Amino acid sequence: MKVTQLTVFLENRSGRLAEVADLLGQEGINIRGFSTTEAAEYGIVRLIVAEPERARQVLHDGGFTTHISSVICVKVPDQPGGLAQVLDQLAEAGVSIDYLYSISFWNICFAVKDVDRAVELLKDRVTLLSDEEVRAL
Amino acid sequence: MSDLREEHLTEDAAGGLYWQPAAETMPTAQLGELQMERLRATLRNAYDNIPFYRRKLDEAGVSPDGVSCHGDVADLPFTTKIDLRDHYPFGMFARPRDQIVRVHASSGTTGNPTTVGYTRADIDTWGDLIARTLAAGGVRPGDLLQNAYGYGLFTGGLGLHFGAEHLGCTVVPISGGNTERQLKIMRDFGATALACTPSYAMYLGDAARDRGLRPEDLPIRVGFHGAEPWTNELRLQIEAALGIEALDIYGLSEMGGPGVAFECLCKSGMHINEDHYMAEVIDPETLRPLPEGEVGELVFTTLSRQAQPLIRYRTRDLCSLTSEPCACGRTSARMSKPIGRSDDMLIIRGVNVFPSQIEEVLMSIPEIEPHYQIVVDRKGYLDIIEVWVEVGEDIFAETMGDLERFQRGVQAQIYNVLNIQVAVKLKEPKAIQRSEGKAVRVVDKRKAL
Repeated sequence: MKVTQLTVFLENRSGRLAEVADLLGQEGINIRGFSTTEAAEYGIVRLIVAEPERARQVLHDGGFTTHISSVICVKVPDQPGGLAQVLDQLAEAGVSIDYLYSISFWNICFAVKDVDRAVELLKDRVTLLSDEEVRAL
Repeated sequence: MSDLREEHLTEDAAGGLYWQPAAETMPTAQLGELQMERLRATLRNAYDNIPFYRRKLDEAGVSPDGVSCHGDVADLPFTTKIDLRDHYPFGMFARPRDQIVRVHASSGTTGNPTTVGYTRADIDTWGDLIARTLAAGGVRPGDLLQNAYGYGLFTGGLGLHFGAEHLGCTVVPISGGNTERQLKIMRDFGATALACTPSYAMYLGDAARDRGLRPEDLPIRVGFHGAEPWTNELRLQIEAALGIEALDIYGLSEMGGPGVAFECLCKSGMHINEDHYMAEVIDPETLRPLPEGEVGELVFTTLSRQAQPLIRYRTRDLCSLTSEPCACGRTSARMSKPIGRSDDMLIIRGVNVFPSQIEEVLMSIPEIEPHYQIVVDRKGYLDIIEVWVEVGEDIFAETMGDLERFQRGVQAQIYNVLNIQVAVKLKEPKAIQRSEGKAVRVVDKRKAL
């Protein structure tokens, strides 16, 4: 059982990631999970979306370079050792993982240069989580 | 003509020295006669020994011996870099291989370089011309020249080297790069003269200052800087940073390398070695000769080269000529600093680069979109080239590693052809500006040095 992943090439310019999200939002395409590479001169964003082929067309028409590939999605037991249980199988067989990210629970974590400023900008619009709240998830 | 070759260091009127005073101060009428005599010999050499020139001269209806005055020169055919490339590697040599003692090469308009051959006599003449260049800056036996031009196929390193030995000063063949060692050798050996590109001279000056060295801590007195265009403003900066007289020298590999023209300590234009090179300035559109003082394309005819005579070679450098007498006492005409090019050639750290060469490499990579841009900029005093490439879906795979491998691969291919390091920048589709009509392939952000 494979899952279709949509990958997008992005130059590191502010607002580009937001444009991807906007385009998909306007088309009513729900993002189920995503990850980005650390920003250098350019980066890539990986998306698991409801309608990958249509999402690809939308982004392509919006001027983005995209790529479709197959990935594996796993339900990880929410308990200590849960992730290890999945990875051990592959490690024992000598299968190495190119990259890995978590999807479908909507608590995201991201880094910016000026954390305090970003907190100021967001605090009245979204729910920010504290250390304690994250631990309690 | 033995008196013209006589080597006798004597003081000029500008604080420098003549190497061959009889030749360097020859009355202009006599110089003109000498040029015509040598021009006929050059045409004869080219006609008899190079099929390309026999055909060109026959087509132009010119007999090698029929050229009697400077006005006749305008009837002679031109030679271009493309002609040299078409006869790669040795098709433009006028001497059999057993008389060729050295071959240099420079980058050409495609993957093929253009080659330059020398007989032993050509090497000796070259040595004289470089000795004149160095002597004009006051260099004599006992001086120590730190030669930081690159050694190898490039004519700068070995050209300066043999000329310095010919003059009799001490030459240190340190070649380019390794700034730390340059500064150490300069002080430990007591170098009194420096030869390198102007951008590297400035880089050395900055590096010295960063290490707390004052100009008076450095023993060098005079610098010879060419292979790339530079301004009088940069001259003042180099002179202040290193505490030297910074002199411009001009040459191109097709003419044999440096030694075509040089500044005396008056620093008011470069004296052309007119007994060995006949200079003209033409309108690059109409190809007609321009009156003295007007800016146009510089054209040279070799007058003494045996292995590779070139007739009316189009340098593509734009400059003007003056025959006003110079205060130093030399009677030769002077050329202004080149102010630009009549083609799109870029000079990057002394290396000639045509955008078409980069384009050829890019077009040989099927995944690359036909949209790209070459951005030339300067970091500190060093030129850098960025090649912007749009990432289309043929390039894009889904890991950063794939993209980085692609980037490095393109850089390596460009390096293999051009011998320069470029930075390939990956851009989103349409990120490179589309223009109506001719695409803007090259953006040169450098301010004039």
